Amino acid sequence: MSGIFDGSSLPDRMHVLLGVGGSELSYLALEETISRAEEAGDELTVAIFANEEVDAAPDAIEAEVTETLAASSFEATIRHIEGNPGSELVSIADRESFDRIVLGSGKRSTLGKIQLGSIAEFVLLNAQTPVTLIR
Amino acid sequence: MTRRYPDDPADAFPRPPRSVTDGQGRTLSIDVIDTSSTEALVGMYERFDPAHRAQGIPPVREQAIERWLETILDADCLNVAARHQGDPIGHATLVPDNEGDYELAIFVLSEYQGAGVGTMLLETLLGHAQETGIEHVWLTVERWNNPAIALYQRVGFETTNSERFEIEMSIRL
Repeated sequence: MSGIFDGSSLPDRMHVLLGVGGSELSYLALEETISRAEEAGDELTVAIFANEEVDAAPDAIEAEVTETLAASSFEATIRHIEGNPGSELVSIADRESFDRIVLGSGKRSTLGKIQLGSIAEFVLLNAQTPVTLIR
Repeated sequence: MTRRYPDDPADAFPRPPRSVTDGQGRTLSIDVIDTSSTEALVGMYERFDPAHRAQGIPPVREQAIERWLETILDADCLNVAARHQGDPIGHATLVPDNEGDYELAIFVLSEYQGAGVGTMLLETLLGHAQETGIEHVWLTVERWNNPAIALYQRVGFETTNSERFEIEMSIRL
């Protein structure tokens, strides 16, 4: 095979489901997912949910997501999740044949211990889809 | 998020400084430390078995260890170290959280584990917390880390949340 991309360096194009609940790490995950998607040609769906561990309204989260997408001129589908976020992410990914779930979680306490959020824990344990954790 | 604490306060714990003998007959000194011990502690953490890390600490690289120690040796934290022949071989720390309570962590080098060092070190840190007037101490521990869980139970910690990956335990002083 000739050309710059020989298949070994080109990541596989994926259909990615990114969960964003308004935490700092969820916005970091958004930025990293956009960068990867631009490079690999991933198709991205951003699922917005209310995270009880974070004080952020879904509308405010959507505004932030829209702004970040616009800043990188990247187009993604935005949707809102009602009900239990972890369980909804798992079933959407399964039902709609997503290749990957991406979540940001695992902030450190002042002491330095990493603590996964309850939504990330649920998704890691219950997803039938590969999960990428950004922390 | 409000943390739960046992209703009854713990008994009085021994206070630093102490000279103790561990299960292997080694004489150890346990005392309060501050930033002046940073270099000695970096040396201890460089000897720490990376396989015994838990929940992301201690960090592995020297610079990361220094940065981490800078945070937890800060003046508003409480730190106690056990030394053998002058070198630190165990370290326990209390770091204030956003609610004015204290999060605890303890590290003992592998060749000093299983000799009661962790228990004596932990008791001394809690004794130091009592003389400082601290009332609420909590920690999280990985649920498969049975020796650590047993150690915390032995000194009086109670499990307050076991629904997550990590078990949360707390004590009232």
